[in-house]
Amino acid sequence: MRRDAFDPTPELGEIRRSSGVERVVNALGMPVYLVTRHDDVKRVLSDHEYFSNSRPPGFVVPGAPVLSEEELASSRAGNLLGLDPPEHQRLRRMLTPEFTIRRIKRLEPRITEIVTEHLDAMEAAGSPVDLVENFALPIPSLVICELLGVPYEDRADFQARSVRQLDLSLPMPERLEMQRQGRAYMQSLVTRARSHPGEDILGMLIREHGDELTDDELIGIAGLLLLAGHETTSNMLGLGTLALLRHPDQLAAVRDDPDAVGPAVEELLRWLSIVHTSIPRVSTREVEVAGVRIPEGQLVFASLPSANRDPDFTDAPDTFDIRRGAAGHLAFGHGVHHCLGAPLARMEMRIAWPALFHRFPKLALAEDFDDVAFRSFHFIYGLRSLAVSF
Amino acid sequence: MRLEADRGACISSGNCVMTSEVLFDQDDDGVVVLLAEDVPSAEEANAREAVAICPAQVLRLT
Repeated sequence: MRRDAFDPTPELGEIRRSSGVERVVNALGMPVYLVTRHDDVKRVLSDHEYFSNSRPPGFVVPGAPVLSEEELASSRAGNLLGLDPPEHQRLRRMLTPEFTIRRIKRLEPRITEIVTEHLDAMEAAGSPVDLVENFALPIPSLVICELLGVPYEDRADFQARSVRQLDLSLPMPERLEMQRQGRAYMQSLVTRARSHPGEDILGMLIREHGDELTDDELIGIAGLLLLAGHETTSNMLGLGTLALLRHPDQLAAVRDDPDAVGPAVEELLRWLSIVHTSIPRVSTREVEVAGVRIPEGQLVFASLPSANRDPDFTDAPDTFDIRRGAAGHLAFGHGVHHCLGAPLARMEMRIAWPALFHRFPKLALAEDFDDVAFRSFHFIYGLRSLAVSF
Repeated sequence: MRLEADRGACISSGNCVMTSEVLFDQDDDGVVVLLAEDVPSAEEANAREAVAICPAQVLRLT
């Protein structure tokens, strides 16, 4: 969970160069097998027969209160990331129509409008501003709220909850309490949508699949989409802006050359790899990865930053180069759990960065680089804040 | 060079459409649709890339 500014720690590269797989202790004090090479990460993420997303009976996370089977089932319902095929596919197929390339293209005008409104507000507020608070966080937040059917005016509460829920430095009971409150909030939205389904994803799920889905499942699905829509694109926008400010020639290309934008977004995804690991898998039987024996029932972490900096995947992987053109990075994961919102995230970034650099051609860091507040010990990497002037 | 797709296993990541809109499309459910089973020579590199980056590994070249 640690990084050296933009880079994974040297220890991670050390494991990748030596054994490839190492038994380490994770942030919660649990022993895990860390998989670091690009090919091996792909294999772990795509082989659900050996590496399962669900948890075997009796699996306990240290510090978590003991829950009854019923409570456990309710808290896990609808969480696509905790399911294996075919159950996973049943739920995912209900959502994929909303995230096709064509559907996301239809959102382009509205996303552009949202970006413009936030740039107007930044300009009106005057320099310097916190780019995270005024740009990186609110844009994806408003987009996912509108898509999903979550009132944007509730954002202060659910943003605070989602940040703490994924903060690995907080005690487990507190994180679980955030999860419980989040579910209670979602229950209120689901109840309302059951009686008045709107023109949004929650309304669509109720209209088209309302009989097949329990409230617990709807809460789980909506909660996951809200969390995922917030904590990912926003951190990419914040951290990616900083990365581009540190590489001014490449920033200029993103601003001035429309053809450079798409490849730049892919390179930022690869180089920054803000999701440290996939959802931990559990080995369903004894298995070998990179010649290392992993016994049955072990937690297996697939390191996305390490895989994306593997020299066997792309040359000079530590160099940030928006013209690299390396297809096949694993920033959105791999296998059946590949990010559902990837087309949306890509669209938001492709719109937001050129617009930001056009509006503020003199955009600059307004704090020392050494003082920038990187966010460690969090499931998703990013910045707490970023002072910029324009 | 011919393309095949296992539509039942498609997870609708959209990666193939992003690689080539000449070869791939998605139906309303997001499932891959092959626009050209015989790959034109100009699209061969894209076809190989799409096969390699499909997260659900549902594409094949024969």
